[in-house]
Amino acid sequence: MSTITKDGVSSPAPAKASPAKPRRGLWGSPTFNFWLFTGPFLIGLAIFVYLPILWSLYLSFFEARFTVTPSEFVGLDNYVTMLTDEEFIRSLVTFSLFALFIVPLTWGTSLGLALMVNRLRFMRAFFRSVFFLPTAVSYVAASLVWKMSIFNGVRFGLANTFLGLFGVDNTAWLASPDPPWYWLVILTVRLWLQAGFYMILFIAALQNIPQELYEAASIDGAKPGWQTFWHITLPQLRATSTAVILLLLVAAYQAFDEFFNLLNKTTWGRPPLVELYYKALGESQDYGAGSAGALILTVLICLVTLLQGKFLGFGRGEESK
Amino acid sequence: MSAMSNSNWDRRSVLRAAMGLAAAGGLAACGSNTGRSSGGGAGLTQYFHAYGEAGTEQAIKKYAAAYKETKVTTQWITGSNFESKLFASLLTDKAPDCFEFHPQLQMIESGQVADLTDLIDPVKDDFNPADIASHTVDGKIYGIRMIDDPQFFFYRKSMFEKAGVEVPQTLEELLEAAAKLTTDKVKGAYLGNTLHSMVNPLIWSAGAQHLDDKNQIAYHTDAVVDGFKQLRKLFTSGDLLLDAPTDFWDPSALNQGLTAMQWCGMWAMPQMQEALGDDLGIFPFPKVGDAGKLSVYNGGWSMFVNAKSKNLEATKEYVKWLWIDQKEYQEDWALSYGFHIPPRTSIAESADKLKSGLPAEGVKLFNEYGNFDNIGWTQASITALEDVLANSVRKDGDPEAELTKADAKVNRELKKLFG
Repeated sequence: MSTITKDGVSSPAPAKASPAKPRRGLWGSPTFNFWLFTGPFLIGLAIFVYLPILWSLYLSFFEARFTVTPSEFVGLDNYVTMLTDEEFIRSLVTFSLFALFIVPLTWGTSLGLALMVNRLRFMRAFFRSVFFLPTAVSYVAASLVWKMSIFNGVRFGLANTFLGLFGVDNTAWLASPDPPWYWLVILTVRLWLQAGFYMILFIAALQNIPQELYEAASIDGAKPGWQTFWHITLPQLRATSTAVILLLLVAAYQAFDEFFNLLNKTTWGRPPLVELYYKALGESQDYGAGSAGALILTVLICLVTLLQGKFLGFGRGEESK
Repeated sequence: MSAMSNSNWDRRSVLRAAMGLAAAGGLAACGSNTGRSSGGGAGLTQYFHAYGEAGTEQAIKKYAAAYKETKVTTQWITGSNFESKLFASLLTDKAPDCFEFHPQLQMIESGQVADLTDLIDPVKDDFNPADIASHTVDGKIYGIRMIDDPQFFFYRKSMFEKAGVEVPQTLEELLEAAAKLTTDKVKGAYLGNTLHSMVNPLIWSAGAQHLDDKNQIAYHTDAVVDGFKQLRKLFTSGDLLLDAPTDFWDPSALNQGLTAMQWCGMWAMPQMQEALGDDLGIFPFPKVGDAGKLSVYNGGWSMFVNAKSKNLEATKEYVKWLWIDQKEYQEDWALSYGFHIPPRTSIAESADKLKSGLPAEGVKLFNEYGNFDNIGWTQASITALEDVLANSVRKDGDPEAELTKADAKVNRELKKLFG
């Protein structure tokens, strides 16, 4: 029963006392519980992430061929080797250009898909699943399907069969860098694999935009379509867009699986990680040079991320601003 | 008992149960079959790359199971990067006790492979002398050859006859033949998707070697440069099969009528004969330049023992048992799943399957034109020349300049190996 005051306003009923006993000892300590739950993950992080990074830093100053416990200190030699290596530098330049191309392309594709799916009045869940499903496919499996079934160079390859209907001769999609058809193969497989995941992020962000904004804009005379997209939707997606671009940039520099499987031992189209794999960590087993290259790449990714954050304001804005 | 205390008891119980389970799991793991400690004896692990011929994996497991002294686990590694996986694992505690690979000096220099001289010496004279030589450093033998795998061109006799083409003796003739054999359905030649398998035969057919007797570069000659230029012509001619679904080591391209001739290994001969019958011929890599000579690449696989194995002696015993003592298994391995030439002379001479027809012709090419790997030619050098091919044949680079770039890499490697 509520209490009636003399002002006629009912006051809230007193909170019912919690039946729980106050926690005592270790189990009641928030600090202990914090370490209990985060400790295992922090230990895993330290063992599998930070320790290897530190070990890599250590290795980068040593001559470490065929060993990860080297003894010959070589100072900055490994860094000089990698920074004067024409192919490694080429891979960094190529993939900076690749990032400049693939990031906006994937951003635009996933945003476009999100806008389309979000506007659907029926079968929205179906199409959302259809576009998202490729995310669950392994990069290796997708690369092999692309390479062996769709874009093989013989007459019964899917792409060649299709083009053959129009009288186009068989094309060797991956054999030669001139013309560079291999980029078409790589871009299509990467878009197919990635776009669905970022589409989901954009759909979530789109559904968070208050409907009142569109109604207010409509009252102010804004036309639905391009005008509202440009002045309301896009600014509202700023934080999500910035995060998506950041993730795409890092993913572009970390590209490995599809390049490794599609461009088997070519000297072109090598992302930095494939270059490092072949040159240092694969058959040559030069862990010193490989570690130096990995750290150079890490610094590059950090720089690009910081620059991107500066230009696009990562972490500055909230979704609604 | 109050509900509250029940709740407390439940949480503790759950925690205790979880800890108990974790401990039990750990104890259970101690007794589980990890592949390294059960089956009696030390428990050994061996690495094999995935052979294409059906039945090979089962055969290796059958041999291992027949060894009664200890349990031997086989890791059958699929994919094209067997080398990388092997090298990486050799740095860890999970390294195999023995593994198949090719003789390479860097593995000896870095103490990765054990000296097997004492195992091989008693039967040394029964091995192909070239196989022994290619595994020997400073008088010590570091691996046991399991199979010899000659590689040459396979061709469709009917297609050659129809196009009026003779078996090419020079690289120029090979280009001409490929042009004549190409139709709207069939390409003249298939050399693999990367063309990397062309590097070694090109060098030998140009009359050169990888390294000379003093372990210095011997591949950089005018004839080799010319050979790369001719391969570039073939690559851009439209007469070469490119981007086939399977690579050179698989006979599918020839068997399915996608090409009239294919570079492949003798291992695929039974599959080709089954698909094409008598419509099949072989020839060595043709001469390159005036001073050139026909060549065949005598590849193969050898068994090595991990010098850092915790079970070194047990592994050596197993390797001796399988690859020295068990001649029946060695013959089965060489001849039952594809054709390989047994490195043991006594087995090769008694192998009826290699005594007539095309297999006998393969053995003849192996003996007359065969070239073996040089133990000083290591992965870094192999990669350097593969890059030359990629840049000058598949990409329009200048072979002379590319070879000069490779010289720097190879010399760096040679300096590390020989000082």
